[in-house]
Amino acid sequence: MLQQFEDALVQYDELDALFSQYVVNFGAGDGANWLTFFCQPVKSWNGLILRKPIDMEKRELIQRQEATLLDLRSYLFSRQCTLLLFLQRPWEVAQRALELLHSCVQELKLLEVSVPPGALDCWVFLSCLEVLQRIEGCCDRAQIDSNIAHTVGLWSYATEKLKSLGYLCGLVSEKGPNSEDLNRTVDLLAGLGAERPETANTAQSPYKKLKEALSSVEAFEKHYLDLSHAAIEMHTSIGRTRSARLVGKDLAEFYMRKKSPQKAEIYLQGALKSYLAEGWALPITHTRKQLAECQKHLGQTENYLQTSSLLASDHHLTEEERKRFCQEILSFASRQTDSPGHKIVLPLHCFAQLRDLHFTPSNAVVHVGGVLSVDITMCSQMPVPVRVEQIAINVHFSIEKNNYRKTAEWLTKHKTSNGIINFPVETSPFPTSQNNLPALELYEMFERSPSDNSLNTTGIICKNVHMLLRRQESSTSLETPSGVALEDGAHVLKCRDVTLEPGPNRITFRTQAKEPGTYTLRQLCASLGPVWFVLPHLYPPAQYDVYSQEPQLRVEPLADSLLAGIPQKVKFTVTTGHYTVKNGDSLQLSNAEAMLILCHAENRAVIYSNTREKASDVSLRVQSSDKVTSISLPAAPAYHMIEFELEVLSLPSAPVTGGESSMLGVTEPHRKHKDTQKAGHCMATTDHKVSIDCPWSIYSTVIALTFSVPFRTTHSLLSAGTRKYIQVCVQNLSELDFQLSDGNLADPGRGADLQLVPLNAKSPQHISSKQSVFFVWELKWTREPPPSLRCQFSVGFSPASEGQLSIPLKPYTYEFQVENFFTLYNVRAEILPPAGTEHCRTGSLCSLEVSITRLSDLLDVDKDEALTESDEYFSTKLMYEVVDNSSNWAVCGKSSGVISMPVAAQATHRVHMEVMPLFAGYLPLPDVRLFKYLPHHSAHSSQLDADSWIENDSLSVDQHVGDQLDSGSIRSRGSVHSASSSEHKGLPMPRLQALPPGQVFNSSTGMQVLVIPSRDDHVLEVSVT
Amino acid sequence: MVHTSLDVVDEKISAMGKALVDQRELYLGLLYPTEDYKVYGYVTNSKVKFVMVVDSSNTALRDNEIRSMFRKLHNSYTDVMCNPFYNPGDRIQSRAFDSMVTSMMIQVC
Repeated sequence: MLQQFEDALVQYDELDALFSQYVVNFGAGDGANWLTFFCQPVKSWNGLILRKPIDMEKRELIQRQEATLLDLRSYLFSRQCTLLLFLQRPWEVAQRALELLHSCVQELKLLEVSVPPGALDCWVFLSCLEVLQRIEGCCDRAQIDSNIAHTVGLWSYATEKLKSLGYLCGLVSEKGPNSEDLNRTVDLLAGLGAERPETANTAQSPYKKLKEALSSVEAFEKHYLDLSHAAIEMHTSIGRTRSARLVGKDLAEFYMRKKSPQKAEIYLQGALKSYLAEGWALPITHTRKQLAECQKHLGQTENYLQTSSLLASDHHLTEEERKRFCQEILSFASRQTDSPGHKIVLPLHCFAQLRDLHFTPSNAVVHVGGVLSVDITMCSQMPVPVRVEQIAINVHFSIEKNNYRKTAEWLTKHKTSNGIINFPVETSPFPTSQNNLPALELYEMFERSPSDNSLNTTGIICKNVHMLLRRQESSTSLETPSGVALEDGAHVLKCRDVTLEPGPNRITFRTQAKEPGTYTLRQLCASLGPVWFVLPHLYPPAQYDVYSQEPQLRVEPLADSLLAGIPQKVKFTVTTGHYTVKNGDSLQLSNAEAMLILCHAENRAVIYSNTREKASDVSLRVQSSDKVTSISLPAAPAYHMIEFELEVLSLPSAPVTGGESSMLGVTEPHRKHKDTQKAGHCMATTDHKVSIDCPWSIYSTVIALTFSVPFRTTHSLLSAGTRKYIQVCVQNLSELDFQLSDGNLADPGRGADLQLVPLNAKSPQHISSKQSVFFVWELKWTREPPPSLRCQFSVGFSPASEGQLSIPLKPYTYEFQVENFFTLYNVRAEILPPAGTEHCRTGSLCSLEVSITRLSDLLDVDKDEALTESDEYFSTKLMYEVVDNSSNWAVCGKSSGVISMPVAAQATHRVHMEVMPLFAGYLPLPDVRLFKYLPHHSAHSSQLDADSWIENDSLSVDQHVGDQLDSGSIRSRGSVHSASSSEHKGLPMPRLQALPPGQVFNSSTGMQVLVIPSRDDHVLEVSVT
Repeated sequence: MVHTSLDVVDEKISAMGKALVDQRELYLGLLYPTEDYKVYGYVTNSKVKFVMVVDSSNTALRDNEIRSMFRKLHNSYTDVMCNPFYNPGDRIQSRAFDSMVTSMMIQVC
C-alpha cells in the first residue's frame, strides 16, 4: 500500500510525458495519425474537475475515443492531482497545474486545433480557480498563507486571463459591451456547459464566478479588482514587489480604460519609481507614456509637461511619438498666454543637456570694459528644432575679499586653463540609477602603537560613507518639479530667440565687463513662453574674473645677464592697464653716467593686445640729450602691451687691485677687487640705476640694471736671475667669445728709466668663452729700480661674433702694483755624491751645499730691523731652511739656521749639510727657503703663518747660537740642546719674515739629481699603483 | 517580464544562501513560465544575473542546452570584465561578447 500512490503517479507521469513527446513530434512533422483525433475543434472548455477522485465522464469519453486534447489532459491531471493530494503534496499540484495549463495552451497552438477566441482563457481561468479551491479545500489557512509562493502564479494567471476575457467581451470599456461583444460572451458561456452537480450548491464555484463576471460590467470590475488585489497582496507578501508592480500596471491600464485616472496614477507612479530605481529603460518609457496620458486626463499641467519633455527626449520611443510629445509642450507654450507671469518651471535636463562651456578669452579673465563671451554647447533632446525665446544664465557677482591675490598678473598667470568646462553627460536619464552614486573614496589607514611605532591595525576607510549609505531618496519622483528655484540675480547673460536644433547647439553670450570681481555662473534657464526649463546648478562651477590694472613698466635684459663694455639689449615692456597711451606720451630716462643708451635710427615697438596677440608694429622715436633720453611711445589702447628693445652700453670700470702684488709662481688669484667677488668664476658686477618718468604717474620709476664684467685679470711677477717679467692673465668668464687687441701695459708714474718690453703677439687675439689669454712684458730699468711699480694694463676687446660695431668700445683696463721686484738674493743648492762615488745612492749620506749670494748693494728695501751696521759694514740676518715636502730626502742634522749676511754685492754664504736620498731615481732637490730674521724686539706685525710659528718655537730653543754668526757652529748640532739660554724665557721671540718672492731667486729650482739604488738592499720595496 | 523574473531570482538566491557556497549551482533553472515565454536565470558567484527569455513554443531547447548557453555567456562575460579598460557598470561594448551572443542566438533560431 505504501508505494501504491507513488507508483501510480509515476505511471501517470510517464503517460503524460509520452503523450507530450508525441505531440511535440507531431508538431515537428512526425506522422502519428491517431493524434489527428485530438485535433478536432474544441467545443467545450469547462475546466478541470478535481473534486471527484476519478472523472468518470472524461474517462468514458476517452474510452469512446471522443475526448479532445483538453479532455485527455484534464483527465490525466485530475488523476495526478488526486494522487498528489493523497501523498500530501498539494503544492506540487499548484506547480504542475501551472505547467499543465501553459503546455496545453502551447500544444493546442502547435497542433493547430481551432479554438474559439476566449475559450482557452475561460478554460485556464476555470482551471486555475478549480486547482486553487481544491488546494484550499484540503489545507488549512495557515498552511496556505505560508505557501503563497506556490499558488501565486495561479492567481496572477487567473487574473491575467480574466483581464483578457474582459477586454474580449467589451467589459472594460467605458460604454460597456456592444452587441458583438455580447454575442461573444454568450458563445463563451455556452461552451462552459452546465454547472457540475458537485459544485452547484457552493456559492464561490469557479463556474459561478466566471459566469457572473462575464454577465455585467460591474460584476466584472468587482471580480477583476478582487483578483488583482489578491494577486498584488500575495506578491507583496512574499517580497515579489516587481511582480506586484506588473499586476498593478495592468490594473492601472484597466482604470485608464474605465476613465478613472486618479486611481491609475498611484499604480503607475509606483511602477515608475521601482523601474527608475533599477534603471530599466524600456519599462520606464512605457510607464511614462501611460503616466503622461493619465496626467493629461487629470489636468496636472506641470507634471504632464515634465513627463512629456522626458518622453520627447526618450530615445526608446519612435520619432513620431517623440514629436507628438514635443508638440504637446510647444502647443502648450504658445497657447497659454491668458495668465501672464505664471511660470511653469521644469528641470532642464529632460529638455536639453549642457555639454560644455567655453570662455573667450580662454582664461576667463577680462579687464574692465573688455568683452567676454561665453559659448555653451547644449545638446537638445527634442526631436524637432525648438525656438526658444530666451536663454539666460544667472550670474552671481562677488567682489574678492582677498584682493591681493587676484591681481591682474596673478590671474593671467594662474588661470591657464583652456577655458572649456565640460559638464558630465548623464549617461542615462534616470537620476537615481547606480551610475549616479558618488564613487567610493577609499583610503588606506594605518594605526601605529604610540610606544614602539609598530603597526597596530590597518584597514581601508571609505571617506564618503555618508554619501553612499544614506537612504536612497525617492525625491526624484516626477510630481515635484524638484524644487527648482529661480534666482533673480542682477547679472544675467541673455540670448534671445535661439532655435535649438536636435543635437548639439552652440549658443554664445556676450557681455561687457563692468565691475572688477568674480562672476560665478549659477543657473541656466531656457524659456519657452510660460514654460521655463531651468538648470538649477552649474556643476562644475564656472566663473570668470574681471580685473582692473594699473599701468606698468618693466625693463629686463634680453639675455641672462648684461655684459659691461659691449652693447646689450634691454627689453622695455609697457603694460598699459587702464591707461590709454596717447600720441605724445613719452618715457623720460635720466641717464646714469657710466651707462649709455645707444640710439639707432630705427627702433621698432610692437603692440600686443591683452591676449598676447600682435596688434601692430610701429616705429619708435628716441631722442637723446646728455642728461635725458626721451622715448615717445606709440599710441596704444588700454589693456595693451608695448614692447621695444633698446641697446645700452655700460662703460667697463677699471677694477683697481690692492697694493699687494701676487707671488711669484703662484697661480692662484690673490687679488682684491673693489666689487664683490663671489665664487671663483663669478663675474664682477656693477649696478646702474636709471630713473624713468612715466606719463601715467608723477613718480619716477627707478630701475637698476646689473652689468657683469666679462673678464677677470690676474698678474704675476716672474724672475730669471735679475731679469723681471710681468705676466698678465686675462680670463674670459662670459659665454661670449671676444677678440682682444692692443694689449698694452704702461707705467703711468715713471719716465724713461723704466721700460716695459712686450713679448706678445701683435695681432688681435681670440679669447673663447671660459678661456684665458696671457700677456708677458719684460721689465727693464736703467737706473736703480723703485721699490714699487704701478702698472696699468689695457686691452681693447670686442665680441668676436659680431662684425663691425657702430660705436668704438672703450678698452678694458686693469691697474695693479708690483712691489719689491728687485732680486736681492740668489740661492743655489747642489747635492754632491759621497766622495769616491759617481752617483748618490739611496741610504747613503750625500752633502748638500747651499750658497746664498747677495746680488746688490744696500738698497732702500733692506732698511729694517734686521739690518745691523758696524763700521760702514752692513749685514742682515737671514734664516734658511731646507724642507723636502715630497719626502724624497731625509735631512740629517739641523735643517735650518740663521746666518748673518753682509749687505754687499756678491757676498756669498755657504751652508753645508747632509741629506740622505730615500728613493732611487731622478729626484728634485729639496727646497731651500729664505727668511728675514728679525730680532725679538721688533714691533713689526708678523706675517707668519701657523707653520712658521711652530718653526719659530723651535727657533727660540735652537738658535741662540745663531748669534755666533758662525755657520760652522750651527752645523755642530751636538751643542744645541746643551745650551738652553735666557732667550728661551725672554719672550717675545724673534720673528721671521718671508722675503718677497721677487727678492729671492732660486737658481737651482727644477734641478734633479740622479740617485741609484743601493746594492745591498735587503728590503725591496715594490709599490704597485 | 525580465524585470519581474528578478523577483524569483532573488528568492532563489536567498534560498540557496543556506547551501554551501562552493557547491552552489549557478544555474537557476526555469524561473518564470508564462504562456508565451520561458524565463531562465543564472547567477554568478558575484551575484551578476543573467536572464534568458525563450519562446515557449521552442521545444528544442532543453534544460541542458540552456545551461551550456549560460556557461558560455558567463565565460564571455568574465572575459569582458577582465578587460582592464572596462569600467564595471558601463554598457558592454565588446565585439567578442557581441559576436558570441549573436552566434548563440543564430544557433538557437
